[in-house]
Amino acid sequence: MSTRVLVAKVGLDGHDRGVKVVARLLRDAGMEVIYTGLFQTPETVAATAVDEDVDVVGISMLSGAHMTLAPLVVRALRERGSSAPLVLGGIVPPGDEAELLTLGVAAVFGPGASGGDIVRIIESLA
Amino acid sequence: MSTESARDIWRRQFDGAELRSGPFTTMSGIPLEPVYGPPEGEFPGLFPYTRGVHASMYRTKLWTMRMFAGFGTALDTNARFRQIVGAGATGLSTAFDMPTLLGLDSDDPLARGEVGRCGVAIDSLADVDDLFRDIDLGEISTSMTINSPAAVMLALFVAHAEKSGVARRRLSGTLQNDILKEYQAQKEFVFPPRASMRLVRDTMAFAASDMPRWNSISVSGYHIREAGSTAVEELAFTLANGFAYVELAVRAGLAVDDVAPRLSFFFNAHIDFFEEIAKYRAARRLWATWLRDRYSARDPRSWQLRFHTQTAGVSLTAQQPDVNTARTAIEALAGVLGGTQSLHTNAMDEALALPSKKAARIALRTQQVIAHETNVTNVADPLGGSWYVEALTDEVAREAEVIFATIDEMGEGSMLDGCIRGIEENWFQRRIADSAYDLERSFNRGERIVVGVNEFLEGNDDEVATLRITDDDERLQVARLDAVKRARSSESVAETLHHLRVDASDPEVNLMPPLIDAARAHATVGEMMSALVDVFGRHVEVPTL
Repeated sequence: MSTRVLVAKVGLDGHDRGVKVVARLLRDAGMEVIYTGLFQTPETVAATAVDEDVDVVGISMLSGAHMTLAPLVVRALRERGSSAPLVLGGIVPPGDEAELLTLGVAAVFGPGASGGDIVRIIESLA
Repeated sequence: MSTESARDIWRRQFDGAELRSGPFTTMSGIPLEPVYGPPEGEFPGLFPYTRGVHASMYRTKLWTMRMFAGFGTALDTNARFRQIVGAGATGLSTAFDMPTLLGLDSDDPLARGEVGRCGVAIDSLADVDDLFRDIDLGEISTSMTINSPAAVMLALFVAHAEKSGVARRRLSGTLQNDILKEYQAQKEFVFPPRASMRLVRDTMAFAASDMPRWNSISVSGYHIREAGSTAVEELAFTLANGFAYVELAVRAGLAVDDVAPRLSFFFNAHIDFFEEIAKYRAARRLWATWLRDRYSARDPRSWQLRFHTQTAGVSLTAQQPDVNTARTAIEALAGVLGGTQSLHTNAMDEALALPSKKAARIALRTQQVIAHETNVTNVADPLGGSWYVEALTDEVAREAEVIFATIDEMGEGSMLDGCIRGIEENWFQRRIADSAYDLERSFNRGERIVVGVNEFLEGNDDEVATLRITDDDERLQVARLDAVKRARSSESVAETLHHLRVDASDPEVNLMPPLIDAARAHATVGEMMSALVDVFGRHVEVPTL
C-alpha cells in the first residue's frame, strides 16, 4: 500500500509555492497526497490527519510562527490519538531546528532541502 | 510638413529637464550622450516608452532607494525606519505582519505566534502614530504593502496625517492595494473578489479627489513571480490586472486619464539578467500601447508605466548566504538597466530569517555602489539597440499578448471580467503552480546549477547570525491593544462601525469616509474588517495542487 501523506499550510501565511511543489514531488514519487489548503490551525490539521488515517503529516510555514505552532500541531495530533510523525518545511532559521526536534517534530526541511531528500525522508518515516 | 525627427523631439524634452550634477563622462573622461540611437529610432520619454518614461532618465534623478522594513511593534519598526532614513534612503516601505495583512487584531486566537513576525503589527491609530513618529510624511514618501485591509490602512494613515498636521494633498506614497494578485499568487485574501474590487474602487476614487500625490494601486507582479510564474507570466498577469483596474475605474464613472497616471507597478528582478531587462522594456511598450489604443487614454502620463523593483527573494539560497549579495547586485543592476523608478534590494540572510541590521545595510549599500560608482546612470536604456535585447523584448511582448488574448476571451471582451473569472476558475493559480513545478524539476534533474545548492558546496557549513524575534513583542502588542481599548470611547467605536456596515450594504457609497471616522475613534483593524465581513462575507479558496 502506498504511503498516505497529509500536507497543510498552518497559520496565516499564504505562501503556497513550496507546499504545492513538495506535494507534487511526493505524488510523483507514488505517495497518496491530501492537501488541506491554506489557513489551517493545529486542531484542523490533527482532525484531518485522523479522518484520513495518514502515515505522515507535513506542514509548511514561511511566516516565522513555527516555534509556536509546530509543537501545538504535535500536541493536537497526539491528543487525538494519532502517532503520525510531523515534518515541517519552510523558512526555519538554523538555530531552530535542533529545538524543534526535541519538541517532537520528526524532521525539518529548511530552504536548502532538496526534493530528493524530502521524498526519501518521508518514505523512511512512514 | 514637420521635418522633426524622433531624436529632435526627444532633444527638446531633454533640454527642458533639470539635470543633477555630472560629470557625465566615463572614468577616462570620454564624454557621454544622454542616450544613443538612430534619429528615427525609439527614444526615452517618447511613446511607446520602451526605452524609459523620462527623456533624461537617471541624469535628472536616480531611482528611489526604497527599503522594505517592518517587524515587531510599531516602535521597533519606527526605529528601523529612522535608521534607514539616516543611512540615506529616500522612501520608506512598510511590511505588515500576517495578522494585520489578514485584518486580524493581535489578540485574535488565530494570530498566536504570528504577531510582529513578518512585519509590523498594526491594530489601531495608536500604532500608526508610533510607526511614523518623527517622520515627516510631507517629505518622505511612504509605501504600504497591504491588500485586503488596504482601505482600512489608508483610513488609519489619513487619520494619523491629520493629527500630525500634514494635509492630504501633501501625502505622497503608494498603497499596494492590488487584490487580484492576492487571489492569484500571494493568497492573503479576506473578502470575495467582487467585494474586494469595490473597496479598490473606493480607494481609487478617494485618491483621485483628495490625494493628488498618492498612487492608489501598485500593480504587483513581484508575488506572482515569487509564487513560481515565469517572467512572461509575471509580465502578462500583472499588466492584465492593471487593465482590469482601469476598467473598474471607468465602469465606476472615473475618467481613464484621472486614474491611470496613479497606477504604479511592481516587478521582480530575478537572476536571468537579460530576460528581466527585456521584461521591463516590454512592459512599458505594452502598457503604453494598450492604454492609448484600447482604453483611449489621451494624457501621456496614462501611457507611462512607472515601476518599483525588488530583487528575487526566491533566488536567495540558505547555503553560503554571503553569496546572495552577488545575486542581489546582479538582479538590482537589471532593474536599473531596465529603467526602474525605485528599488528594494534583499538582504543576504533572507532565505533564513528577517534581515539583520547589518545585512539590511549591505543591501542598501549595494544600490549605492550601482548608483554612485558604476557610472551606469549616465546613459538612458544603455542596452537599447542590442540585437539580442531588442529581439528578446519583442518576443517577451509577443508571448504576453498571447496571454492577454486568452484572458480577454475568458472575460468575453473585458479584461476585468477575464481576470475575475480566471481567479474563480483557478486558471492563474494552476498556471503559476505548473511553472513552479517545471522549474523545480529542472533543478532536481541537475539541468540548472545553483551555486552552493547543487554545485560548489564547499563553505556550506559556515554559521550565520540571524535576527531573532521573540514572543515578547506579541505580549507587548497585546498589552498595548488592551490599553487602547480601555482608553477609547466604546460608544463612538460602536457608532462608527454601525455606519460602516450600513454604508457597506449600499454598493454606490464610497467607504473611505466611514472608515476614516472609525479610524479616528480608535476602532481596531480587526473590528473594521469584521464589520465589512458581516456585509461582504469571506473568500475560501478551493485547495488544488
